[in-house]
Order: sequence, then C-alpha cells, then structure tokens
Amino acid sequence: MSKKTTENEGKSGTAKAAGPTFSKPTEPADIFTEEAAATTVPRTSNTVNSKANGVHSEEDLFTEATVELSLDSPRSSRKNEETSKPSASSSSSSLSAPARQAKPPPAALEELEDEEEAELEDKFDVLVSVKDPEKVGDGMNAYMAYKVSTETTLPMFRNKLFTVRRRFSDFLGLYEKLSEKHGPNGLIVPPPPEKSILGMTKVKVGKEDSSSADFVERRRGALERYLQRVVNHPLLLQDPDVREFLEKDELPRAVSTQTLSGAGFLKMINKATDAVSKMTIKMNESDAWFEEKLQEVESADQHFRKLHALVESLVVHRKELSLNTANFAKSAAMLGSAEDNTALSRALSQLAEVEDKIEQLHQDQAAYDTFSFAELIADYIRLLGAVRGSFDHRIKAWQRWQDAQAMLQKKRETEAKLLWANKPDKLQQAKDEIVEWEARVTQFERDFERVSATVRKEVLRFEVRCETLKIFKYQPAQYVFSIFVYFSPQLIKYWEAFLPEAKAIA
Amino acid sequence: MLPEKLRSVSVDLNNDASLLIDIPDALCERDKVKFTVHTKTTLSSFQKPEFSVPRQHEDFIWLHDTLVETEDYAGLIIPPAPPKPDFESPREKMHKLGEGEATMTKEEYTKMKQELEAEYLAVFKKTVQVHEVFLQRLSSHPVLSKDRNFQIFLEYDQDLSVRRKNAKEMFGGFFKNMVKSADEVLIAGVKEVDDFFEQEKTFLLDYFSKIKEATAKAEKMTRSHKNIADDYIRLSATLNSLSAEESTNYYIIKFCLKLFQNFLRVCLKKVEGRVASDEELKLTELLRYYMRDIQAAKDLLYRRARALADYENSNKALDKARLKGKDVSQAEEHQKRCLQKFDTLSESGKKELTNFKARRVVAFRKNLVEMAELEVKHAKNNMTLLQGCIELLSGN
Repeated sequence: MSKKTTENEGKSGTAKAAGPTFSKPTEPADIFTEEAAATTVPRTSNTVNSKANGVHSEEDLFTEATVELSLDSPRSSRKNEETSKPSASSSSSSLSAPARQAKPPPAALEELEDEEEAELEDKFDVLVSVKDPEKVGDGMNAYMAYKVSTETTLPMFRNKLFTVRRRFSDFLGLYEKLSEKHGPNGLIVPPPPEKSILGMTKVKVGKEDSSSADFVERRRGALERYLQRVVNHPLLLQDPDVREFLEKDELPRAVSTQTLSGAGFLKMINKATDAVSKMTIKMNESDAWFEEKLQEVESADQHFRKLHALVESLVVHRKELSLNTANFAKSAAMLGSAEDNTALSRALSQLAEVEDKIEQLHQDQAAYDTFSFAELIADYIRLLGAVRGSFDHRIKAWQRWQDAQAMLQKKRETEAKLLWANKPDKLQQAKDEIVEWEARVTQFERDFERVSATVRKEVLRFEVRCETLKIFKYQPAQYVFSIFVYFSPQLIKYWEAFLPEAKAIA
Repeated sequence: MLPEKLRSVSVDLNNDASLLIDIPDALCERDKVKFTVHTKTTLSSFQKPEFSVPRQHEDFIWLHDTLVETEDYAGLIIPPAPPKPDFESPREKMHKLGEGEATMTKEEYTKMKQELEAEYLAVFKKTVQVHEVFLQRLSSHPVLSKDRNFQIFLEYDQDLSVRRKNAKEMFGGFFKNMVKSADEVLIAGVKEVDDFFEQEKTFLLDYFSKIKEATAKAEKMTRSHKNIADDYIRLSATLNSLSAEESTNYYIIKFCLKLFQNFLRVCLKKVEGRVASDEELKLTELLRYYMRDIQAAKDLLYRRARALADYENSNKALDKARLKGKDVSQAEEHQKRCLQKFDTLSESGKKELTNFKARRVVAFRKNLVEMAELEVKHAKNNMTLLQGCIELLSGN
C-alpha cells in the first residue's frame, strides 16, 4: 500500500458485491464535527473528573456510565468524521476507533481505589482492515483468503504498515486462543462471525451469483469489524497471539475450530445462560448489580433478535420488490410493443426503462439495508452473547470458590474424625491437605473478586463503547443520509425524465 | 363525495349535465357493501330531477348481464362489470394479526391494526370507484344511457332483488357464458372479410394477453411495496418498545432509537405506504380496468363473428333450399336478416372500437402523467421529511 490506508480508501478496493460506494457526504461529517467540537474535554486532566474510557476509577464503577459518554464521543466521533460514509460495501468504517494502551486490570476491587486515572495520551493508533477476498484453490478444498492490513504507530510492531493473508479459520483460531486465555478472567472477548456451511459451499462450488458475492462481502465486513474490536481492547492488543495474527507471514492452520460453527456458538451461549440463571439465585445480595445487568443484557438480546429478524424480512421484501419491478418492466415493454398508438407505445417502453432503473435502486437499497443494518444488529447480538459469556465465567469462578470451600470443610471434618479415631500418621496428611485447601479457598476467592471486577469494568466499557454508539447513533443517521443523498434524488430524476414522455401521448 | 383523484381510470365521464351519476357514499356491513347511487338529471324520461337509491353489488351484475343479453346492443362494447368487492387480503391480514397477537407488543398490535383498517378503507374506496365508473360509462354512452333497465336501476326505489332472482335470466346468463367459450374457438377459425376487423382481432387478442400479464406483474410489484411498508411499521414498533426499556444504562440507545423510530414512523411508513397505494390506483387499476375493457371489446368481436358465422350458415341454408326448391323464401328472409344483423354489428362495432381506442389512449395518458407526478411529489416529500429527521438526529 503506497498510500495512507484510511478506512475510506481501503474500502474502495473491496470487491463490489453489493451496490455502489458512496462518496462521503459532507453533511454528516460536518454535523458530527460540530457536535464533537462542542463536547471536547481537555484530556490532560487526570483528576477524578476525567473519566476517559477503558479505565475507570472506583467511583466510576458506582456512578452512571452515562457520564462517560460525553467524553467518549469526541474521540470516537473524531475518528468517525475521518472515516464515516454510508458505504454499502462496508459499514465498518464508522466502527474504527483508536486503541490505547491501558494498564492491566487490577487484581482486586480494593486495588482500584489506588488506581490513578493515568490515561496515557492517545497518540497510538492501530487501524486494521480486511479486504480483497480471493478464492484460493478449487472444489471443496477451496477457501477465501483475505488481506489483513494494519497501520499503526505503536512501537511494539515491527513496521508501521504491513499486510498479511489470512483465511477464515485463522480468525476463528485467534478467537479460540483469546477466549481460552482471557475469557476466564472475565474479559468480554469479541466474537467472530459464525461459520456458514451453506454460504461457503456456494462459494467453493463456484457459484458466481450475487448471493455468494453478498455472502463474501458480509463475511469480509464482519471479520474486519471483529478485528477492529480486538485491537481496540487495550488488553487484547497486548496479547502476543494478536500481534502474531497481524504480523506473521504464515500462520499454522487452526484445526480445532469446530466449536465455533454457528450452531455450536449458540449452544455455548445458551448453556452459559442456563448456568447463570441457575446460579444467580444462590448468589448473595451484593451481586444485585450483576443480576440486574444480566437481565438487561438478556432483554436487549431478545429485542435485538427480533429487530434482526425484521430487518432481514425487510431485506427479503426489498429483493422481492426488485425482482417484481424487473418483471413488471419486461411486461410493460411487451405491452408497449403491442400498442398500436405510437406515442403511447413509446411512453410504455419508457415506463419499462424507468422501472428497470428503479429496480436497480431497490437492489442497492436492499444491499444497503443488509450491510448497514442487519449486519450491525447481528454483530451486536453476538457481542451480547459474549457479554453473557463473561457472566458465565464469573459464575464459574464463584463455583470454583464455593467448591473449594466445600472441600475445605470436608477436609476439616476428616481431620476431626481422624483426631477422634486417633490415627496420628494419617492426621499429618489431613492437616497438610487443610493447609492446601485453605490456600486454594483464599486464591479462588481472590480470583472471583478479580473476575467480578473485570466483568464489571468490561460491561461498563462495552456499554459506553463505540459499538453501542455507532450502531445506534450513527447508523440511523447514515441510513437516512443514504436515502436523502442518493436514493430519493435518483427517483425524482427518473420520474421527471419520464413525465414529458407521458405528456406526449396523443 | 369521494376525492377527485380516486376517479382515476376513466376520463370524459360524467360531464354531460343531462345525466349525472355518482356514488356519494357507501356502507360496509361485514363483506356486503351497500352503495348509494345518486342521480341528477334534466331528462324528462325520469320521474324526478334528483334522487338516490341503495344498491348492492349483485344489482350491478344484474344490470350488466341484462345489457349483454340484449340483442340490440350486440354491436356495442358493454362496459365491463365491476368486480366483486374483495376484502380477502385485509381479512387474511386480520386473521394473521389475531394469531400473532400474543407475540406482539401492545403498541405493535395497535399499529398493525391501524394499518389494517387503512387497508380495508382502501379496498372499500376502490370498489366504490369501480362501481361508479361502470355507471358513468353507461350514462355517457349515447345508446346505453337510454336503456330501460338502466333507468330502472337508477330510479326504482324498491329492492331489485326480486328482479334479480328471475331464474330464467340466471339460467340464460349461464348458458351464455358456456356458449361464449365455444365461440372463442369458432372466432379464431372464421375467415374475416373486413380488413379493419381482421386487424382489430389480431391486435386485441395480442394486447389482451400482454395487458393481462402486465396487470399480474403490477399487482405483484404493488404487493411488495405493501410488504415493505408493513415491515417498516413492525420495525418502528419494535424500536419503540426497545427504547421504552427501563434500563437507564442504555439511555443513549433509548434516545437514538426513539429518534430513529420516529424517523421510520414519520417518513418511511407514510411515504412507502402512500407510494404503494398511489401506484396501485394509477397503474395497477388502470391496467386491470383496461384488461376487462378489452375483454368486453373482444366480446363484441365474438358476437360479430358469430353473426358472420350465422350469415354464412344462412347462405348455405339458402343454397340448400334453392337446390331442394323448398322454403326458399323463408331461407331468403333468414339470410337477409342475418346479413342485416351482421352489417349493423359491423357498423356499430367499428365505431365502438375506434372510440374505445381513443378512450384507452387518453386514459393511459392521464394516469401515466398523474402517476409520474405523484412519484416525483412523494420522493420530494420524502426528502423534506428526511431533512427534518437528519436535523433531529444530528442535533442530539
């Protein structure tokens, strides 16, 4: 890449599976810039008031997360102004955000008290893009290779600009590693898109139609957003596996990615929900925050699934409309040719042409609905699943602690029995075991508290984070813009061109 | 009075002050529609200068059928009968709504119900229009407007059902339809003597199949538009309940969703829904109406072809009679009558078909122009509304 890899230009190189790429409208950027400027807060202050994202002081945990929002937006919207546009081919441009180096999460709740709001200046960016899907190989062994490009100023990387080729299973492999390592600590590990046997088979078999192109484009976008989220997370960015994924030329093939098929993933999440709902009853009151939060997440999940279904229905209907419009156009042309009045015949042919052009518009709008809406909602649902996953890990940590306590109790009983039965040789062993389990109990209790704190922080971060904002704030605006800037004016143009033809009928 | 724009399909009707007919209102009881037919006339053949009568759809069919079966009108294009009021689509929707009530939020249900009521209303308006146009076609026809049964239809202030239930007429109508399908085969085979009619036949047969196809495709297109409008309603309702969630931590989401949902509700639903119904009225109804009209023109051709066949048969019979030397004068009479009938039919048929052509062209023009203008208006409207939404969305 010889030019600066902004999201804009990166996207234009992507295979155009669906619709046109829109040139960046000036209106949205301007409006958002104004808004961003209005809410900029000096970032140097690190008093209690400066609640920058990612790292929270203890007070933050107990105050409304909403306050963070006003300070979050300058950063995210500034990035947004550079990169946002209603692109049909990729809507992740708005999802980029600078990753920043942050301190590792404190081990226990108490330690947060001491933590400074030492937010390091945000000079270091990591921008990733996933582009240029290319089919490699033939038949059932074929796969899509994607170019993963990174642009960064962080010194931990060897270069500032580099590209590698990765395939889908590599992304899944990365997820598995990260989830294994960090999941149990309560981190919300961003989830990758699901496997799709049907989608991929079509591609492998070489079906060169719009639906397989759509599928590839959807996947490409999802992978890009996935990677972006990973590098945005200060902790995950530090993980050597992430660095390796971005930098290393050849990655060993990830083989054990079966669990991450769409159904498998869903099963995993559902199991988590069951476990969590069973356990929450047993947990005590101080965990009310978690209980409430989980309920919120679950209810949001329900709603968004419904929303997703509706948007998909919209996409289907729009595609139907496009097809029906094309068919009507054909029949209107036929009617025009059968018409014996010349002017009317011409007008009918014109009508057929107009309807044909409108059909194309409908196609584009369907694509836009898909990429700007359905995909992001699907992303959000997956993320909600990951949030529930982190709750599940917390429960597991709690369970481990409880189990250890139960075991300790048993050991103590054993010791008491041995004392009574007066078996001195076994007694020493029992005492050793007690010590061992006492240590374990302490450890697990600390673990649990640490995980709880992390989960709490992660959830707050998630709520406040760009994803939330972007989906719900900027996407609607972009959607509206696309109609305003592109579709409606086109419609007007077509019908106004048709009008004189209709009037010429005599 | 129904708004002007609903009288979309036919032109040049109802501007002859000597006989003005309209349907100012109608009542919908379950699936039965009761039309109020209102007449204003300066003709002395009527008892009063202005009067109204209640009529049902079956009365219109009776009128149409009696006109079709009147021999004197064989050479005329009888305006196509208005189709039966079809509440099937909204009824089906209502059924679905009832079934899905459990899974919907109250708000969503209310909204869908409103849409359903709007759809009922649209069907209702459409059926009134099409019945009205039928009567107006008759009143503007120089010959048909003078028909006695037409007058009875307009004036008779008692229930017409007694007349309708005349078994003979019903049987006659049934028989007529049966014969007609046999005619279609016959017509294709008859050798045409007149160039004009030969051309007309070819044209009408071809045009009919094409317009039938176009009508079907237009209907599908319109239905897709409606589906999208429905999707937007459900989307906006879901977003509404989402934004009404208690959760304070998602307040930003709530807020943005509220805005977005307003946007959906205000802009897209209104515009998409209206685009669907305007398109339907102008385009689909136009095509549907002229499809039926062309069928009526075809019927004229069939009648004429049958008269021709009768004439040819009478010729053969005359030849046979002359050969046998029996009943010659009878055969001659019969042949003369057939010829006369055929000539009358041909003459009036020619006039009717020429007028029909002109009428069709004018109607298409009017509707296509209006449709294009409406599309532009809606798209511009859309943009204005969107502008407002953008300002709303971005200002917060």
